[in-house]
Amino acid sequence: MTAELSFSNEIINMMYATHGNPISLCLQCGTCSGTCPAVEFMDHTPRAIIGMIRENLKEEVLASNTYWTCASCYHCTVRCPAGIDIADMMYVLKRYSIWKRSYKEGLIGPDFAEAFVKMVVNSGKSYEPILATTYLPRFTAAQLVQEALTATGLVLKGKMPLLPKKIRRLKNFQRMVKRIIPLGEAS
Amino acid sequence: MKQYAYYPGCSLESLAKDYQLSALEVSRALGLEMREIEDWNCCGATAYFPVDELLAYTLVARNLAIAEKTGLTDFVAPCSACFKNAYYTNAYLKKDPDLADHVNFALEEDNLHIAGIMNVRHLIEVILEDVGLEEIRKRIAHPLKGLRIAPYYGCQILRPRKDHEEVENPRYFEDLLSAIGAEPLEYASKTRCCGASLIITNRKAALEMVRILLKEAIDRGADVIATTCPMCNVNLQVYQSQVNREFGTEYSIPVMYFTQLMGMALGIASHRLGVAREPVPKAREAVTA
Repeated sequence: MTAELSFSNEIINMMYATHGNPISLCLQCGTCSGTCPAVEFMDHTPRAIIGMIRENLKEEVLASNTYWTCASCYHCTVRCPAGIDIADMMYVLKRYSIWKRSYKEGLIGPDFAEAFVKMVVNSGKSYEPILATTYLPRFTAAQLVQEALTATGLVLKGKMPLLPKKIRRLKNFQRMVKRIIPLGEAS
Repeated sequence: MKQYAYYPGCSLESLAKDYQLSALEVSRALGLEMREIEDWNCCGATAYFPVDELLAYTLVARNLAIAEKTGLTDFVAPCSACFKNAYYTNAYLKKDPDLADHVNFALEEDNLHIAGIMNVRHLIEVILEDVGLEEIRKRIAHPLKGLRIAPYYGCQILRPRKDHEEVENPRYFEDLLSAIGAEPLEYASKTRCCGASLIITNRKAALEMVRILLKEAIDRGADVIATTCPMCNVNLQVYQSQVNREFGTEYSIPVMYFTQLMGMALGIASHRLGVAREPVPKAREAVTA
């Protein structure tokens, strides 16, 4: 007999490997929401998201921009009176939504995260202009002009290298990555 | 001269070259030898963790393992995001032998092994703890008299270290700024987030977060905002013009790394600190007065 795992338990299982208390201990006090510097840009407050997970509102959670609006400042984590690592829970939700390929339309976060990892796997280092290709297509014309001016300014100031750097033992590095994620030949 | 395994991180090779210059100059002047570890890789910032947690730990662990090979005891990062990743990865691997085994299995491919023996520290902590305020005061050639500085700690240098007593209202940055003769301001937003990578993924949110930080510093009459992290520095400095456009403000306040300010006070030439690129008239006045 196989019992189907509830959404709530899936998330709890993913958080089991992390470092705070389980979200079942949440008091719904709202300290996290009151602390969060990005809360006004979230569809649901962190407190509400925890409540929604506990109620198994999977579709609503996957359709929310809340965790992709988390900047990982960890203020909620250090203040939570129930000891829940809420910022880490936001990472768990990001992973879950990437894994399910299900996230709110128009978000840049998921593509950015995947592009970042791909870039590092390819070179061992991060390099801003490569990342730009993930988000520039989403920009409006006016935003593009601003971004171009900012980037040109940085190049002129010598702050933006024109060529990406690579680590020396890149082959070893990539084999190391493959021991964690079997990427096939596409990496 | 005490030696440290130094991990600059990617930003210090590009957007934060001025931080790299000033960090190394100030360390040298204070008798701290920063030995850059060989062939280090990106720490992942905040972008690996949404994709794969184990990979994130492995990439950070590679740098720690390279540092362990040097025989030095302290792993020093000038970037708060790099610091946070290294600090917690080191701690988690020590606490969880299964996780460490899995990571070490991958590290074998680069002939590395992590034992979790490094003492992971942020550069500002090294300066404060291993040199000390008294010694710093003694070495100040040009106290930054009258320079009003908003000490901006940011997030990841402090959090999520719950065991750290200074997590809510730290004072060490203020103490350091006083020691170099400047006037640290009471800056209530000092541990409020700058938006970090939201500047890319949710610009509207990040610009609002930056606006709040700029506004308070300017309202309190700051001449300069001092930072301890390249991401904070870039958001507060490079995106000021975009904040102005978005909100119709006319903010114009210099943002400098704490090492640039320290370097000026220690009497190091501005161009060796990367300061020439960002004119700070008031700071120059203070130094030349």
